[in-house]
Amino acid sequence: MSTTTLNRRDFIKVTATASAAFVLGFYLPTEEQRMVKIGAFESFEPNAFLSIDNTGKVVITVAKSEMGQGVRTSLPMIVAEELEADWSKVAVEQAPAHPNKYGSQGTGGSASVRRSYDMLRKTGATAREMLITAAAQQWGVDVSSCYAEQGTVVHKPSGKKLSYGALVDTAAKLPVPANPTLKDPKDFRIVGKPTNQIDTPSRVDGTAQFGIDVRVPGMAYASLEHSPVFGGKVSSFDAGNAKKIAGVIDVVQIDEGVAVLATNTWAAFKGREALTVKWDEGKHAGQSQENIWKTFEDAAKNPGSSEHSAGDAAVALGGAAQKVEAAYHIPFVAHATMEPMNCTAHVRGNTCEIWAPTQVPQSAQNEAARVLGIPADNIKVNVTLLGGGFGRRLYNDFVAQAVKISKAANAPVKLVWKREDDMQHDLYRPAAYSVMAGGLDAQGSPVAWTHRTVGASSKGLVTGGIIPPYSIPNISIDSHILDTGVPIGAWRSVGPSVTAFFIESFVDELAIAAKKDPFEYRRSLLGNKPRLKGALELAAEKAGWGKPLPSGRARGIACCESFGSSIAEVAEVSVGNDGVLKVHRVVVGIDCGPVVNPKTIEAQIEGAIAYGLSAAIKDEITIERGRVKQANFDDYRIVRIDDMPKVEVHIVPSTESMGGIGEPGLPPIAPAVCNAIFALTGKRIRRLPIRAEDLRKG
Amino acid sequence: MASFSLTLNGKKQTVDVEPEMPLLWVIRDVIGYTGTKFGCGQGLCGACTVHVDGEATRSCVTPVELVADKRITTIEGLSPDRSHPLQRAWIAEDVPQCGYCQSGQIMSAAALLSQRPKPTDADIDATMGGHICRCGTYNRIRRAIHVAAGTPEPVGGGGGKQ
Repeated sequence: MSTTTLNRRDFIKVTATASAAFVLGFYLPTEEQRMVKIGAFESFEPNAFLSIDNTGKVVITVAKSEMGQGVRTSLPMIVAEELEADWSKVAVEQAPAHPNKYGSQGTGGSASVRRSYDMLRKTGATAREMLITAAAQQWGVDVSSCYAEQGTVVHKPSGKKLSYGALVDTAAKLPVPANPTLKDPKDFRIVGKPTNQIDTPSRVDGTAQFGIDVRVPGMAYASLEHSPVFGGKVSSFDAGNAKKIAGVIDVVQIDEGVAVLATNTWAAFKGREALTVKWDEGKHAGQSQENIWKTFEDAAKNPGSSEHSAGDAAVALGGAAQKVEAAYHIPFVAHATMEPMNCTAHVRGNTCEIWAPTQVPQSAQNEAARVLGIPADNIKVNVTLLGGGFGRRLYNDFVAQAVKISKAANAPVKLVWKREDDMQHDLYRPAAYSVMAGGLDAQGSPVAWTHRTVGASSKGLVTGGIIPPYSIPNISIDSHILDTGVPIGAWRSVGPSVTAFFIESFVDELAIAAKKDPFEYRRSLLGNKPRLKGALELAAEKAGWGKPLPSGRARGIACCESFGSSIAEVAEVSVGNDGVLKVHRVVVGIDCGPVVNPKTIEAQIEGAIAYGLSAAIKDEITIERGRVKQANFDDYRIVRIDDMPKVEVHIVPSTESMGGIGEPGLPPIAPAVCNAIFALTGKRIRRLPIRAEDLRKG
Repeated sequence: MASFSLTLNGKKQTVDVEPEMPLLWVIRDVIGYTGTKFGCGQGLCGACTVHVDGEATRSCVTPVELVADKRITTIEGLSPDRSHPLQRAWIAEDVPQCGYCQSGQIMSAAALLSQRPKPTDADIDATMGGHICRCGTYNRIRRAIHVAAGTPEPVGGGGGKQ
C-alpha cells in the first residue's frame, strides 16, 4: 500500500460550444488524495464531463471502462441526482483516452464510484446552481425563490418554469460557484434507488459494441501464434502453407510470435494451424507445477521478509496452552473473461488509432506510443464495452500486439485471441502456499498468530489483506515472493482473494480447537472492527446461524474487509455420496457505506460469489513443460447455472465512508464453503480447488 | 470456396466461403451481424448460439455447408424492437452485467420456451447449463425465464438441483 499526493488543482471550466451546449468540465480530485496502489494501478482519480444542450439533453461522459460493473449507470446517477436532471433524458458518452482531461481512467480496485462520489455530486450541484441563477436572471427574481426539479427550474411563488435546455446559453456565461450546496441525502430521488443499467437494452438485442465487434474500413482479421512457453521467442517460421489457405492475406512476425492476417477470423485461425514455427523456448521450458510447489514449500522452511509484526509471536506461541498448525495451497487461476482478448489498431505513419476493450485506456495509449516510438498525443484510443474485465484488462499486452501487427502489415487490423490463447497467455492469480500457526490460551483465545506465505511474483498480489482483522496480541507475518516464470496479475479482489482463504480457514481451525462456535469466536475478536462485526452479525442472523438445517447440510462462515467494504458470507452446503459438493445458499451481510445503486450491489456480490466459487470448486491452472496445461472451458470449467447458489444480500444501513463493491464479495466465498464442508464432514480443505475425491465418504 | 444461400433473420443471403467455415464467422465477419459472440470456438460456452430452423445451435462449431438453405435467426432477428417476451423480461429483471454472453443465453432460452412454454427449474438447468456467464447473472437469468413464461419464480433467485 502506498499513498500519493496529487498536485493538480481542483478546477472547473465552463465552455459554450458552437452547438450552444453548456459544458461543465472538472479536473479533480482534492478530497481523494490517498490512493491504494494495487497491481498495475498508479492512481484512482475520478473524473466527469457534463454537457447539457439547448434541447435539455444531458450527456454525461464516463471515462471509466464499463465491464459489467455498471459504472456507466452509477456515475451518471450521482451527477443526475445533484443536477436534478430528468433521468430519462440522461445519455452517456464513453470518453476516449486522454492524458489528463479526465484524471486517471484506470478502472479497477472497486474504486470508480467511491473515489468519484464527492466530485460527481459537486459536478451536478454546480451545474444546478448555475441553471437556477440563469433562470432567476431571466425572470428578474431572487435566486432563493427558485428551485430545480426534473430538468427544469421552477419559480416557487409564481409556478413559472423554464427547462434546462432554455437556460444553457445564459448559464454558460455565469461565474462558476466555488462551493455549491449539496443535497441532503434524505432528499435523493436517484441515488440509493434500484436503477437498471443504462446499457441493458443494447445488451439484449445484439447492438452493444464490444471490442471484438469493431469493424473499420479495409480491416484485416489477425490471429497470433504465441510462444507456447512463457518468455519464448520465435527462432524461425515457415508461412508457405499458411499463405495457401483461402482468405489469408499476409503473415508477419512480431516480438510475441507470428501473426496471420486474413479476410475473416476463421481464415486467420486456419492459417495459424498451417504455420510451422520453431521456438526458442527460453529459460522457463522446464518449469512444472510440481517444481513450483516444491520451491514454495522449501522456501517456507526459512524466514521471509516481514509483512507485519506485533508483540512477540514466537514467545507467545511457545507459552500457549494449545498450539494449532496448518498449511494451505491456493492455485494459479485464469481470468477467462467471456470476450477473449482483442484489439483493433490502425497505424498510419506516425499516428495510430486504437479500439480496445481495456480497463486502462491511458496505459494503452502510452504502451502504443512506446511500441511505435511516437508521441502519445498521436495515438487515439477508443474505449469499447468490455466483455468482462476482472483485472485481466488492466494489462495491454493484446493492445501492443495489435499495434505491432498493424505496423508490420501496414493495414488496419483486428487481432482476436482464440479461447486457447486467452487461457494459456493470461496473467494469472498467483499460486501461493502458506504455513500458519496459532497459540491459544487456556480459555481458547488466540494469543499468537504466525503466517508465512510464499507466492508467485509481485508482492501486493499475494500479500494484500494478509493482516488478520482479529484482535490478537502477538502476530508475525512474513513472505517470500518468488519468480516462477508464470505471468501473474490482478485477479478480481487481488490479494484478499488469496489471503482471506488462509486467514478465514485458519481462524475457523482455531475456533474448532478452542471448542467455540466459529461465528461467536470471530465476533469476540472483532472489537476493533465494528463495521466488519456488524456485517458478520447481519449475515449470521439472516442465515439463521445456529438454527437446525435439513439433514446432510451445514453452514460455514467467513468475513473480510477489502476495498473499503466489510462483508461476511454464510454458505450452506451438502456433499453427495459421490463427493459432489453443492452450495445451496449464500447469505451475505455487507457494510459498504452509502449506497448508490442497490441493484449493482446485489449483482456485483452475486457475480463475485460466482467468480470466486469457480476458482474454489472447479479447476485450476497448472504448468507443465513451461506451458499452461488447460486450454478451454472443458478442462478449465466454470460455475454454471445449475451450480449457482441462491444468494441473499443484506446491506448494513450505513453513513460511514463509502466502500467498493466490484470485488469485496469474492474473498469470503472459498473459506465460507470450506468451513461449511468441515462442519458437515469433519474434513478440512487446505488446498484449492476442492475436489470430489477430497470429499468422498470413507 | 463455394456459394451458399441461407435465410438470415428473414433475409435471403448468398455467401461465397469455405464450406467448413463455421456459421459464426459467416454471420459476424462475412455478413456483418455482430450480436452473436465468439467465446470458445468449441461449443462449450454457448455465446455463439443462434436458431437454425428454430433450434438452438452453436454456430461456432456448425459448418456453413450444414445450414445451407436453412432459416437462421440471430439475436438481431429475435424481434425488431426488443419485444420478445424474453427480451422484455431480461430488461425488466436487468439481467445483463457485461452482456457478452447474453445474446446466446437469450437465444437458448427462446428455443426452450418454444418447446416448453412452462419450463421447470430442471428444464432451465438442462438447457441453460450449456452456457457460461463469468459475471454470474445466472439467478437473474432463471428469474427472467420464469417471468417470460409466467411460471412461479424461485425464492432468492437460485434454484437448480436442490
